[in-house]
Amino acid sequence: MAVIAGRCRAARPHPAYRTPTYSPTSGGGYTYAGMSGTARLEAGGIEADRAWSRLMAAAQDGDRKAYETLLRETLPYIRNVVRSLHSRPERVDEVTQDVLLTVHRVRHTYDPARPFRPWLAAIARRRAIDALRRHRRTETHEISDQYAYETFVDAAANRHAEMPTTAKDLSIAIADLPAQQREAVQLLKVRGLSLAEASAETGKSIAALKVNMHRAVKTLRQRLTGDES
Amino acid sequence: MTESDTTRLIEALAAKAQPVRRLRPPALRAALWLGAVGVLIALAIWLFSDLTLSMQRFQNARLDWEMAAMLLTGILAVIAAFHLSLPDRSALWALLPLPPLALWLATTGYNCYRHWFTDGWALGSSWDCLKFIVGVGVPLGVSLLYLLHRASPLMPVRVATMAGLGVASIAAFALQFFHPFDVTFLDLGTQLAASALVVLATGGYERLTLSRGAR
Repeated sequence: MAVIAGRCRAARPHPAYRTPTYSPTSGGGYTYAGMSGTARLEAGGIEADRAWSRLMAAAQDGDRKAYETLLRETLPYIRNVVRSLHSRPERVDEVTQDVLLTVHRVRHTYDPARPFRPWLAAIARRRAIDALRRHRRTETHEISDQYAYETFVDAAANRHAEMPTTAKDLSIAIADLPAQQREAVQLLKVRGLSLAEASAETGKSIAALKVNMHRAVKTLRQRLTGDES
Repeated sequence: MTESDTTRLIEALAAKAQPVRRLRPPALRAALWLGAVGVLIALAIWLFSDLTLSMQRFQNARLDWEMAAMLLTGILAVIAAFHLSLPDRSALWALLPLPPLALWLATTGYNCYRHWFTDGWALGSSWDCLKFIVGVGVPLGVSLLYLLHRASPLMPVRVATMAGLGVASIAAFALQFFHPFDVTFLDLGTQLAASALVVLATGGYERLTLSRGAR
C-alpha cells in the first residue's frame, strides 16, 4: 500500500520513526544508510522526512548530536521557505535564525508519529509572515533618515553635524550659485585653469574673475556651513 | 546577521538542548480538561441548582436544542483550540464549532423574538447572567489557557479566542440550570455581551502573555 507523506497518520508511531538507526560520522555528525541529508532530500521526500523525524525524536530525548545534525540538515529547507516570502539576504538570515529559535522552543510539540516537514514548514512560514508584518509596520510608521543627526538648541553646536559630507552636496551647492560665480568656480577650481587661461577663455578680466571666485567661496561657505564670517 | 552567526546559533541551541516531554495528543488533552470541568459543573448543579425546576423547563424541546447547541459549541471549540495550538494543524479546525454556534444563536434568537411580542423590552436578570458567565468563564479560561500555553502557540490570539468561545459556551450552558426562566431580548444581548467579554478577555490575556512567549 502506498503511503503518502503528509497524509499518513498511524495510531502508534511508525516503527521506522521509533528506531533511530543513525551512526556517528568522523565529523561528529550523523548519517543514515550512507546517504547525506542533501542526497536524501534529492532521493525523495519520504525518506528525508523519516530521517528528520527520527533525528527530532532523538533530540526530544536529549540527544544533542542528533539535534545539531537535524538543525544543520534542515537549514537549507528553512531558508527556502523563508526566501519564498523575503528577498533581502540579511533578512532571510535574520528570519531563519528566528525560525531556529522557535523550533527550539516548541520542539516538544512535534509528534514523531506525524510527518516532520509540515511541522517545520508551518513554523518557518509563520515566523516569516510575522517578520513581514513586523517590518511592514516599522516601515509604515518610521522613516530611515541617514542624515537625521542629533541636533541642539544652540545653532552653532549643530554646525558640525549639519555640514555636508559628500561631493554630491558640494556639487549641488555649486550648481545653485549665481551664473558668474558658478562660472568662476568651474573654470578655476573644477577644471583647474589659471586666472590668465580663464580670462582668455571667457574674455573677462582677471580682476573680475578674482572677485567672482571670492564671492563664490563666500556664498558656498554660508550655504554649506552657515558661517557668516 | 550572517551565515556564521546562524552556524553559531545552531551550535549554541544544540549545546543547551535538554530532553523535553512530548505533548500528549490534542484530543486527549482536550478530553481531560473537558472531563475535569464536566465533573465540577455537574457537582455545582447537583449541589446548588433547583433540579426539579430545571427538569420542568427542559420539557421544552426548543430549550433542549438550545442547550445541546451551547454544550456542543463549547466542547468543539475547546477541541479546536487544542488542535490550533500546535504548529502543524490546519487552520480549518477553527470552523469546527461554527455549526452548533449557528444553531445556538438561531434557537436563542427565536426564543427571544417570541418573547419580545409578549414582554417587549423587559429586562430579565441580565446583570446576574453577565456576572455568572464572566464569573464562571474567566476561571475556566485561565485554566484552559494555562494548558494551551504548554504548546507555545504560534498564533496565540486565534487559539485564545477559540478557547474563549469554548468556556463562554460552557458557562452559558451551566447558566441554564441557575436561570429558571426563558431569556428576553435584552437577556440575549447581555448573554452575548458576556460571552464576547470572556472571548475578548482571553484573547487580550493571550496577546499579553503567549505572544510575548512566542517572540
